[in-house]
Amino acid sequence: MIAFMQQIAIIKKKPTGNRSRQTVAAYLFLLPWLVGFFGYTCWPFIHSFYLSLTQSTLSETVFIGLDNYVNMFSDGRFLKSLEVTTKYVFLSVPLKLAMALFVAMLLYRSSFSMTVYRTLFYLPSLIGGSIAVAVMWRQIFGIDGLWNSLLALFGIPGKAWLGQPDYALYLLVLLVVWQFGSSMVIFLAGLKNVPADMYEAAMIDGAGAVKRFLRITLPLISPIILFNLILQTIGSFQVFTQGYVITKGGPMDETLFAVLYIYELAFKQQKMGYASAISWMLLVVIAVVTAVLFFTSKRWVYYENEIQRGR
Amino acid sequence: MSERRAPLAAFKHLLLTALSLAMIYPVIWLFLGSFKANNEIFAITNLWPSQILWHNYADGWTAVPGYSFADFFMNSLTVSFLAVAGSIISCTVVAFPFARMHFPLKGLWFSLLLGTLMLPAQVLLIPRYVMFSDLGWVNSFLPLIVPSFLATNAFFVYLMIQFMRGIPRELDEAAIVDGCGPFRTLLLILVPNCKPVIYTVAIFSFLWSWDDYFEQLLYLNEVRKFTVPLALQMFVDNAAQIRWGALFAMSILSIVPPMLVFFFAQKHFVEGVATSGIK
Repeated sequence: MIAFMQQIAIIKKKPTGNRSRQTVAAYLFLLPWLVGFFGYTCWPFIHSFYLSLTQSTLSETVFIGLDNYVNMFSDGRFLKSLEVTTKYVFLSVPLKLAMALFVAMLLYRSSFSMTVYRTLFYLPSLIGGSIAVAVMWRQIFGIDGLWNSLLALFGIPGKAWLGQPDYALYLLVLLVVWQFGSSMVIFLAGLKNVPADMYEAAMIDGAGAVKRFLRITLPLISPIILFNLILQTIGSFQVFTQGYVITKGGPMDETLFAVLYIYELAFKQQKMGYASAISWMLLVVIAVVTAVLFFTSKRWVYYENEIQRGR
Repeated sequence: MSERRAPLAAFKHLLLTALSLAMIYPVIWLFLGSFKANNEIFAITNLWPSQILWHNYADGWTAVPGYSFADFFMNSLTVSFLAVAGSIISCTVVAFPFARMHFPLKGLWFSLLLGTLMLPAQVLLIPRYVMFSDLGWVNSFLPLIVPSFLATNAFFVYLMIQFMRGIPRELDEAAIVDGCGPFRTLLLILVPNCKPVIYTVAIFSFLWSWDDYFEQLLYLNEVRKFTVPLALQMFVDNAAQIRWGALFAMSILSIVPPMLVFFFAQKHFVEGVATSGIK
């Protein structure tokens, strides 16, 4: 015991004696991140704001003040892209999470082996971001596609679904909801931490399945729901690949996601200043939505220590 | 009780089976389609190919004139492996002082790290491109690789920090008493104990970089440097009269590496998703 105390004393003494050496060592370890942070994040962040106040191509830059921010509100395509993106986020995120939670509840504490189902449900998430899946989606809902063959069995005439302004966006939403597996795995892990005795107590008190779900499960996993909600929302606002590969932003700009428009402006039309301004506007939209989620979460997210404290 | 539950369980089972089949049906269709002739692919009545056309794979492999998919796979694998190596090394090194050392401004750096976690990367897109263009790195693999060596994925760093904090301090204090400097403490004590989180970082940085279509699209513009996703996209766009079987064959091959990673590392994979909440 005494030897142990002595060791602690040595350890405690050491850092105070070598504080400056430790600082130097710590900053040496941090160096890659500091370079990355300042060079790859911080500087581009500032530069992006500056660019948004200019008219620029790769070769020349002219300062024009807030003009970009004013002009974008009379740009029909920008407004359209904002509308399309918002619609996409507000449809896909809740649907995907609801689906994930629903299937997680079905799988959770089931008598049969979970691993096989978990693998099957996870598969779309695993490959969902790939071009292969985008290619597949295009072929399923194309004019000669699988979906039309299925409809033909019932005598319903087919269409080029992805070419229909009324359907295209929803088919991209469906593609995302199809990838609910990763969220499901997160929910399953959260459900495992819900103490079984709570359910037993509730059952003894005569609470039905619906009541148990609403009163026990939902509150206890609400922090996980919030976490998922925020990450998925931030991610979905920046959707690009599917719109670019599957629908090219069409038909009639119905899938012109904001980042797709930014890409087009900056890299096809060389309007880097205006594109930067739009990316800042998108940043503001994301920040506002995230802030609202955080703010309202106080009303519906329960943290375990609060419950223990009896709040 | 169990009598009442049996039909419910059976119903759940049925529902789950139906749902999972509906979900993977498109993937099976894609897979079996890679062995079919054009006219047979879109007929819903026969899922199974009437005749297995292996040559779809050979056709697809050389579908891009002047190149073969071997080139594109080499490019993709090069980018992904280097990105994985970069992420593992840099994130481990950077997480260490956050988890174990005291130094001025630690709180500030940590909040900035967490801040970048939430920062939507789209706002950095254009200036990053301008920067890499000034450096002369456009149309090379460097913009896809170098950032991962600078611990730019805050998520991975954060995961590492959290994991390291869970390792008992007594272990590295013993090492310090034995005269190990910080670097040897990290290498000999923490790294071996961090294996699970290192696997997680490796798996996800591989998957993300393999599927990272957007950045590859931005930075690679010569066919010679194309990765598998870019080559697939070109295959779709260029062929006026597409051989669907060949396209499906290459699509299937493009998802083989992620599938292999998944099946060989399933344990770490599920743990990684569950504990970290990443996709």
